[in-house]
Amino acid sequence: MEAFLASLVSVAFHGTALGMILYVISVGLSVTMGLMGFANLAHGVFAMAGGYILTTAISRFGVPFPLALALAFTLVAAGSVVLERLLYSRLYAASDLEQVLFTIGLIFVAVAVARFIYGTLQQPVVLPDYLKGQFALLGRDFPAYRVFIIVFSAVTVGLLWFGVERTRWGAMVRAAVDNRAMAQSVGINTKRLFTLTFALGSGLAGLGGGLGAEIIAIQPTYPFENLVYFLVVVSVGGLGSLRGPFVAALLIGIADTACKYWLPQYGAFPIYAATIAILLWRPAGLFGKHA
Amino acid sequence: MRHEGGYSADARVRWPEFLPWIVALAGLFLLPEYLSLGARILVYILYALSLDLIVGYAGIITLGHSAYFGVGAYAAGILAAKAGITDPLAQLAAAGAAGALLGIGTGAIILRTRALTLLMLTLAITSVCLEIANKATDLTGGADGLSGVVVAPVLGLFRFDIFGETAYLYCLVILLVGWWLVRKMIYSPFGASLTGVRENSLRMHAIGAPVYWRLVLVYTCSAAIAGVAGGLITQTNQFVGLNVLSFESAGELLVMLILGGVGRIYGAFVGPVVYLIAQDLFAKQFPEYWGFGIGVMLVLVVMFARGGILGILDALLARLRRKS
Repeated sequence: MEAFLASLVSVAFHGTALGMILYVISVGLSVTMGLMGFANLAHGVFAMAGGYILTTAISRFGVPFPLALALAFTLVAAGSVVLERLLYSRLYAASDLEQVLFTIGLIFVAVAVARFIYGTLQQPVVLPDYLKGQFALLGRDFPAYRVFIIVFSAVTVGLLWFGVERTRWGAMVRAAVDNRAMAQSVGINTKRLFTLTFALGSGLAGLGGGLGAEIIAIQPTYPFENLVYFLVVVSVGGLGSLRGPFVAALLIGIADTACKYWLPQYGAFPIYAATIAILLWRPAGLFGKHA
Repeated sequence: MRHEGGYSADARVRWPEFLPWIVALAGLFLLPEYLSLGARILVYILYALSLDLIVGYAGIITLGHSAYFGVGAYAAGILAAKAGITDPLAQLAAAGAAGALLGIGTGAIILRTRALTLLMLTLAITSVCLEIANKATDLTGGADGLSGVVVAPVLGLFRFDIFGETAYLYCLVILLVGWWLVRKMIYSPFGASLTGVRENSLRMHAIGAPVYWRLVLVYTCSAAIAGVAGGLITQTNQFVGLNVLSFESAGELLVMLILGGVGRIYGAFVGPVVYLIAQDLFAKQFPEYWGFGIGVMLVLVVMFARGGILGILDALLARLRRKS
């Protein structure tokens, strides 16, 4: 019984850490899709870029960990603004097929570039000493870094929610998600709003990729391999919503960890089966508004 | 050269449509050492045709078409290696039936949804199939692949020789049948209704067309053709690997179709020829640049040449005509 309880706590803990990472990475995708209806399959590229920036900054240039995290966020956000202005913005009116193809093209390019610079090997994460070791809580030991991931993500998510629910900028974003044409006609500059939101979402993806580099391995095929996970989070959670993907990310993180722990012989099968079932039951996702 | 299909369109076969078959037969005599690549190209043309039917004509965007190709490949392979049924046409029939069965089962489910959810579900279904093929090692050989595929002579007369002549001609004949079916379908009233669904599904509902069932039907046909293509790849390789089911394989196919030109039958012919020959020449030597090139090409096609190679040709021809 005690052993079972221990494994239960362990699965819940590691699953929550994975879910938090998935949420920080995917929330930007949800907003991009909800706000502009843009099917950005290349969202994982930003997460991968964040991961590479973090690992390179630490291992090659000796940058302290917190600064490396901040770098991952700002560099990815800045890069995404360039991409958005140069390329994405030309395709807002294009069909779904064109957006899908364009973003797949971006993934191919990013995978090739990452492979060219870093090779195919997984990037090791060098953690600072204060994040190594164990953290004791209620008579159990938890890996300190995972605790840090959960706490840090929770604070980030809290700030994000506050920003969207309580600030003027957030009100504008919500207005534009609900009805873009109307928001535009009452004087909201939706173009600039979207560039900013896109940058924030991509920056968060970069942050998540860097933060989770130890859980979701940073390697060139990252954007392809994890695409399904990000899409599952967004489509199960519901497009354009903030809370939906949060619940979905936690569910998937915990379910995935539980399956790997108790049912390794089935692989990722239960996750996909559950996703299909949920989407059949609610095609717009658990918290989606549009049918 | 655009084959928009439709009820009132002229469905006669025009002279440029003989070109691919002439080229294919010429290849048999002129380039005998490339016949195995040729057979692969023919299979991929059939596979791309099946995708064109749903992406180009019905407007269903999928990233999971490899599920049907892979199921067909495994159906033929398992029949040949485990059940001892070696007749190639029986294997193909089984491959097509397997594709169609999975197509109607999954299509009936996923076509209730739209846009991103649909895309997501196609990915999920392919992942489930891949996971099953990976774990059911008794049947599929798992990650090691399924070897020992035995294929008897076609109709008891033509043996699969080491030069690949039989395989090449066999694939060509099957492709001809597939092409004829797809062309027939596009020029039928059914094909016209598919274009209607793609262009304005709301209006199709309004005029009383059974949109959902039309989509399920075309999806099933497409899956059956993809299954046959999968069966062909098993017979020509005499091996089935997990990669037939992978997301990369579906992505690659989509790239070929876009390169050739989507929604115009012959785009599915041009794309695989160009892509697979280029891959044969460059991909092994320069794997990094290959992926980079594909990505850049996709972005460029979407930005500047939405009709693919045939679209560019059309534009050039139109310009020439205006000048003369």
